[in-house]
Amino acid sequence: MKLDFVHKQSAHCECGVTSNLINHEFKKSGQTISEALTFGMGSGIFFGYLPFIRINKLPLTTFRCPVGKIFKQVTSGLGISVKWEKFRSMDKAMAALDRELEMGHAVGCRTGGYWLPYFPPSLRFHFNMHNLVVVGKEGDNYLISDPVFPDMVECPAKDLAIARFAKGALAPKGSMYRITKAPETLALEPAIRYGIKSAANAMVKNPVPFLGTRGIGFLANRLERWPRKFDTHTTHLLLGQHIRMQEEIGTGGGGFRFMYSAFLQEAAAILGEQRLVSVSTQLTESGDTWRRFAVKAARNCKGRATENDSFEAMGDTLRTCSRIETEAFKELLDIVS
Amino acid sequence: MKKQDVPQDPGIIEDYGYELCYAVDNKGAYDLVPSIGWEPKNIANDQAWEVIDKDVAQALEGVRNGTLSPVAYYMAKHQMDLGLLSQYTGFYQWQVKRHLKPKVFEKLKEKALMTYASLFEVSITALKSIPESTGPTTR
Repeated sequence: MKLDFVHKQSAHCECGVTSNLINHEFKKSGQTISEALTFGMGSGIFFGYLPFIRINKLPLTTFRCPVGKIFKQVTSGLGISVKWEKFRSMDKAMAALDRELEMGHAVGCRTGGYWLPYFPPSLRFHFNMHNLVVVGKEGDNYLISDPVFPDMVECPAKDLAIARFAKGALAPKGSMYRITKAPETLALEPAIRYGIKSAANAMVKNPVPFLGTRGIGFLANRLERWPRKFDTHTTHLLLGQHIRMQEEIGTGGGGFRFMYSAFLQEAAAILGEQRLVSVSTQLTESGDTWRRFAVKAARNCKGRATENDSFEAMGDTLRTCSRIETEAFKELLDIVS
Repeated sequence: MKKQDVPQDPGIIEDYGYELCYAVDNKGAYDLVPSIGWEPKNIANDQAWEVIDKDVAQALEGVRNGTLSPVAYYMAKHQMDLGLLSQYTGFYQWQVKRHLKPKVFEKLKEKALMTYASLFEVSITALKSIPESTGPTTR
């Protein structure tokens, strides 16, 4: 059994799942939304440096909002009803999934990455923020539209079951979701405006010093202290961890900054607001700066750092990002309010 | 990032396809461009695996010189700590900690061994024997 589901690869899993599911629902009307559009409408962009939350014993840096928020905000903003389920028992969760498939529904699932056999071995870490759409079952194999892969993939039932019940931080607990009801047409404008406003508020009006654009400066100051505070090995691990958070699959490059710029270009066309295009250029610049930071950090990790890659230089690079993004998001607040 | 600057450095993804990057064309318009990887990412990924490999090698040494049970080796190989392994097996952390001792492990009942064996996807015989080599088997 296999649903007639159009699989489209995307850069980020949750945005890909959201846009693929919505496009599946609106197949008849022919309306589609892109990954970048869902990212913007879901206020996906963010920054937070959270040294007290540890991933693999190292601090968490996040470039995006919490997992699940994008899907929730986009569907509610567009007036789409969603059925969410969580489970205690693995057997019940898999049976419920089969039932939904039998009824002809495409089902989104949250999973861990470690247990999915179709993942490249180098990326099989314990992280529980992955999303995919189950679109069919053949024998004991599920057919899966995993948006970060070019083609649909197959996954044995036992692996999908344990992936849905991965343990650790943010355990998915078998979460699955599907669209139950959708309006006739997609009203994008209000959702886009709301998405921009709420993202910009979180970035520049955040009272917490380590969140939003101020958080980038906070990280810059902390980073400059690392060589005095930790031994060389630890500072390299801290830098490596940061690069992975910023660039590893799912960000579209530059810690989601490029994806958000792409969204702003689309939004400019939909809202007829040319100023968004210039903000998009600013954020592209910020994304490029983040990438330059990653190059410097990687040189340090490899012990190939030149004088341009000192911790002060890296701190300055981050402060440049902070400055560009503060200006950009303030302008966005101006535009949408 | 410009389209022509999208990096194509082989590494992490191997032959599992490609990922998508957002990049601008000459007129500044965004498009999705496939990329097979980027060197800084490869460096960071290698570094993460070096840490894991070191943990695995350390655990293996412990198993060989009789200070640790094979559970410690598989725990490291699956990138787990006491907390995570306890969540996956349903044992308490103090129980898992005890199971890391060779003497306690030897006396483990079939049922407990089965729990570990099925989680680590090995047979009970394999679980009880000293693992052969580490190598980058995790990848």
